[in-house]
Amino acid sequence: MIRFENVGLRYGMGPEILRDISFHLPERSFQFLSGPSGAGKTTLLRLLFLSLKPTRGLITVFGKDRSRITRRELPGLRRRIGVVFQDFRLLDHLTTYENVALPLRVRGRDEANYRNDVLELLKWVGLGERAHVLPPVLSGGEKQRAAIARALIEQPEILLADEPTGNVDPPLARRLLRLFIELNRSGTAVVIATHDLALMDQVDARRMILANGRLEVYE
Amino acid sequence: MSERIRSNSPNTGFAGLSGLRMRPGAPRRNPIVPQQNVASTALVFVIAIMTFLSCLTLGAVTLVRDTADAWQSQISREATIQIRPEDGFDIEAALEAASRIAEEFTGVVSARVVDREATARLLEPWLGSGLDIDQLPVPRLVVVTIDEGATPDFTAMRDRLVAEIPQATLDDHRNWVDRLITMARTTVTLGLAVLVLMLSATVLTVVFATRGAMAGNGHIIEVLHFVGAEARFIAQEFRKHFLVVGLKGALAGGAAAVAVFIAFGWWSSQNLATPEADQAAALFGRFAIGYTGYAYVAMIVIIIAGLTAITTHMTVVTRLGALDTGYGD
Repeated sequence: MIRFENVGLRYGMGPEILRDISFHLPERSFQFLSGPSGAGKTTLLRLLFLSLKPTRGLITVFGKDRSRITRRELPGLRRRIGVVFQDFRLLDHLTTYENVALPLRVRGRDEANYRNDVLELLKWVGLGERAHVLPPVLSGGEKQRAAIARALIEQPEILLADEPTGNVDPPLARRLLRLFIELNRSGTAVVIATHDLALMDQVDARRMILANGRLEVYE
Repeated sequence: MSERIRSNSPNTGFAGLSGLRMRPGAPRRNPIVPQQNVASTALVFVIAIMTFLSCLTLGAVTLVRDTADAWQSQISREATIQIRPEDGFDIEAALEAASRIAEEFTGVVSARVVDREATARLLEPWLGSGLDIDQLPVPRLVVVTIDEGATPDFTAMRDRLVAEIPQATLDDHRNWVDRLITMARTTVTLGLAVLVLMLSATVLTVVFATRGAMAGNGHIIEVLHFVGAEARFIAQEFRKHFLVVGLKGALAGGAAAVAVFIAFGWWSSQNLATPEADQAAALFGRFAIGYTGYAYVAMIVIIIAGLTAITTHMTVVTRLGALDTGYGD
């Protein structure tokens, strides 16, 4: 589904942050992306999410060469990739429901056609009763789940989550992990960037470890 | 939602909360770009103030230009024949003769002798009332009204007058008109220069104020971008919002300027025949900017609102371009 071959990235004229990164994310796979803080996890996620271009190497996304993807094609491809940002990036002036429905609304879909889907999804992530409140009154865990719901509303083929359990207590982290596992069982590939070893120990999954700009993959 | 998620819900640990119901009469959708924030309100004020000042400047330039035109046409519409008195010279006959000669020329609408009473009234401010004009060697005048479309041959008229009445001189006001035209042109040019500076300042202020207001919306652009919104959609949402902001400000500023013009017009009409109003009217006419002036005000309002929308569009497109094409940051 997504393939990296000898990918390198540097910011401006600085040193290479990522060096010779090669891996393949198959469909329906589940993996953790880990490594010490500042190792480049978020940068690698940005490459996966097509918001950065590599300075060298080849990235293939859904069979397309990243360097040949035009700006016009990007929105369509992004809809196939769900992202949960570390800082949630919810819009504070929109309700939880509106935030989750945003990907559908920006495509001009009629609200009558997606209202039930969004409410079902909110119920699924446990925010059924919080649909019409604004994000500032949500707790950290609720915001996290709203962000996850927004990433899932278009039923992406792959979900990228950046430190999804960074702001929640261990019981909630376990419940979020269960949510990701269920999602994966239903057919979505999942990449969870985390440095929470305890979280990773709970699941027998592929581990991609970033250190000093290089990536080691442990199947 | 698909069946797959629905069927998995019991395993997530989050489901099973109390049943979900849409409230009857679900709340109105919030707009994607927030309607009210401090930056937008400040932008409305900035745009209103700059539009007001631009419209005032434009109105003032229109006023000066119209007044200068009026001065020119009033003065160049008349010429004066002056006849100096001499001992034993029948000045009344000479005045009649001069008037007749002038009227013979094509391009002369009429020639009117300024009679003794009128001459006395002209001199009243200097010599006081009760003046017996016959006791003083006062020159007498013939006012020649000219057809603006076809000016008579002043050289031929002057030659003929001097040949028949040696005491006569013809003043076609040419020197005075030329100086007035030069002064009026200088004033209008200066006014236009001030207007250009004012409009440039307005454009820059509106552009930077809009960009400032947009800076606070950067996170919204990013989120919309990352949830897969087309650039066209994002630009359109922001353009719509800021066009309304721009229109609000520009209309308020334009309306305030029009109110000032109407108030001055009213003041001058209320004070007709008072010395202050006469002075002001002599200099600036009736303080009316006319339909052209109002059309210019409307044009400025539209341009400024459009400028706000265009700046917003460019800011969004630039921001999206940076998000899409970055090699690193």
